Amino acid sequence: MLAVHDLRKSFLTPEGGRVEIVHVTEFALAPGEQLALRGESGSGKTTFLNLIAGILAADSGRVAIDGAEMTALGESQRDRLRAEKLGYIFQTFNLLQGYTVLENVLLGMSFGPRGADRAHAREMLERVGLGHRLDHFPRQLSTGQQQRVAVARALANRPKLVLADEPTGNLDHRHGHEALALIREVCREQNAALLLVSHDEEVLAEFELRKDFAAINRVTKA
Amino acid sequence: MTLPLIIYRSLRQHALSTLITAGSIALACGLLMCVWMVKTQSQTAFTQTTTGFDAVLGARGSKLQLVLNAIFHLEASPGNLSAADFESVKRMPMIKTAIPIAVGDNLRGYRLVGTVPELFTGVEYAPGKKFALRSGGKIFSPEAKEAVAGSFAAERLGLKVGDKFRPFHGLAFDPSNEHADDFVITGILEPSNTPVDRVIWIPLRGLQTMSGHDAKLATDVSAVLLQLRAPTAGFMLDTMINKQGNKMTFAYPLGAIIAELFGKISWFDQVLTLVAYLVALVAAASVLTSIYNSMSARRRDLAILRALGARRRTIFGAVLAEAACIGVLGAAAGFVVYFGLFAGVASLVRAQTGVVLNLTAVHPVLWLCPLAMTLLCALGGIVPALKAYRTPVAETLAPVS
Repeated sequence: MLAVHDLRKSFLTPEGGRVEIVHVTEFALAPGEQLALRGESGSGKTTFLNLIAGILAADSGRVAIDGAEMTALGESQRDRLRAEKLGYIFQTFNLLQGYTVLENVLLGMSFGPRGADRAHAREMLERVGLGHRLDHFPRQLSTGQQQRVAVARALANRPKLVLADEPTGNLDHRHGHEALALIREVCREQNAALLLVSHDEEVLAEFELRKDFAAINRVTKA
Repeated sequence: MTLPLIIYRSLRQHALSTLITAGSIALACGLLMCVWMVKTQSQTAFTQTTTGFDAVLGARGSKLQLVLNAIFHLEASPGNLSAADFESVKRMPMIKTAIPIAVGDNLRGYRLVGTVPELFTGVEYAPGKKFALRSGGKIFSPEAKEAVAGSFAAERLGLKVGDKFRPFHGLAFDPSNEHADDFVITGILEPSNTPVDRVIWIPLRGLQTMSGHDAKLATDVSAVLLQLRAPTAGFMLDTMINKQGNKMTFAYPLGAIIAELFGKISWFDQVLTLVAYLVALVAAASVLTSIYNSMSARRRDLAILRALGARRRTIFGAVLAEAACIGVLGAAAGFVVYFGLFAGVASLVRAQTGVVLNLTAVHPVLWLCPLAMTLLCALGGIVPALKAYRTPVAETLAPVS
């Protein structure tokens, strides 16, 4: 499902030099597999997810999703591949505040090949327990409910791969646990692979498959 | 549904700036359409207003002044014609109708014009249309102190059949210049949408012999309105009276003389048009600044849309379409501004000249202008659209961890 090979990313420093953040030599995820990556803040794990999602261009290396090589594609094709195969759950949810809950989910589907399917969007929101909040705006929801909208949006397009960046980072223990269970369950239902990054040991403990990001990232901190 | 939803939500989110920007577009669009329509319609209306006559004969002087005085009842008379001159012209075989008029008095600012009853019984002011009286009225008797009021003058002065009044001397109202003659209203004219509506008509003799007027001039007339038997007669009379003679002025053709007036004031049109174009440019610039300024607040939304799979060109198109939508909203509201402004101007023109501008007239500018404003707004949207196009997704969305 996901294959990463010799992926590198560096950034310019204010002094004009370059600092390498990500250098992952090999990384793979099978279809339906659920893996948690452990990493401290600033370790480059969000950059790694952004490189996989194609919203950040790599300096070199390869990322292949469901057989399509993301890193070999032009920007427009990367956008298309992301819309078609990927679901991304952000730590800060990144909901569109001016849009209703239903519209947020519909927009998550709009750019994919199936287009906006209102019935399916409603179904997804029912599935995460927000069927009664379709016309509410994100600011009218609790943090936990907002996270559930983000989950519904990421999964509404039936992605092959779901990336989750500290998805429980803004939730208390109980809501974090519920959100995580929901993400894993819906991914399982849709046979989507899940790659989750977190520094929270309690979250990581819920995964059978766990890795240290430091173990796959060859970058050594100065 | 994606693009309309993005545009709709963005416009809603920035409703106040959307309304203000659309308002400025509406003002610009309405102003442009109004300037254009008033210009074209007033030129057409004035050059076509002849009240059924082909030419005007008057004292030696300016043709334009003669026409403005005799047809539009605006200017002062350039002088008088003697009764003998009037009679000699009237007897010419090429003259079909000759209606004398005499001016020099007013009723509270509305002109009194002396004439003969034939103006109301024998002249078609437009093809197939003769002046008509409202029920209960009758034309004045040529020898009586009677009057027929034009519809607009009657309405403004509150005149009705049976009312009595005393005229005031001069074309401008001066309460101290009241004549001692009492006139009675015998009829009110139906609206003709011509300058005749603004006049109070009395018998020619009534004006000539008004108390206080010079008795030596009691048979003079101010001008003669002429209908010709053939257009060639106009050119013959032009040569005979204007070129070979030196006593009278023959104003013909009337449309061409009024067109000269518009030629003389064309600089005013140009200034108005320039101002309207500048307003349109400022409005388009306001679209640019309004959307551009909102870009900082919208960067995150745009980055989220990109993260969800929206192409750069989709984002570019959405911002451009949003600018065009503001243009469409503004252009639509521009019609309200246009109708309001045009109605005001038309009412003013009617009050001052009696010429009626048609509010419901159709002209290509009524679709060209809104279209041009919409395109101009879309053009103004290019800069913010480029800014949106270049929004970096990863940097905008979240800090690196």
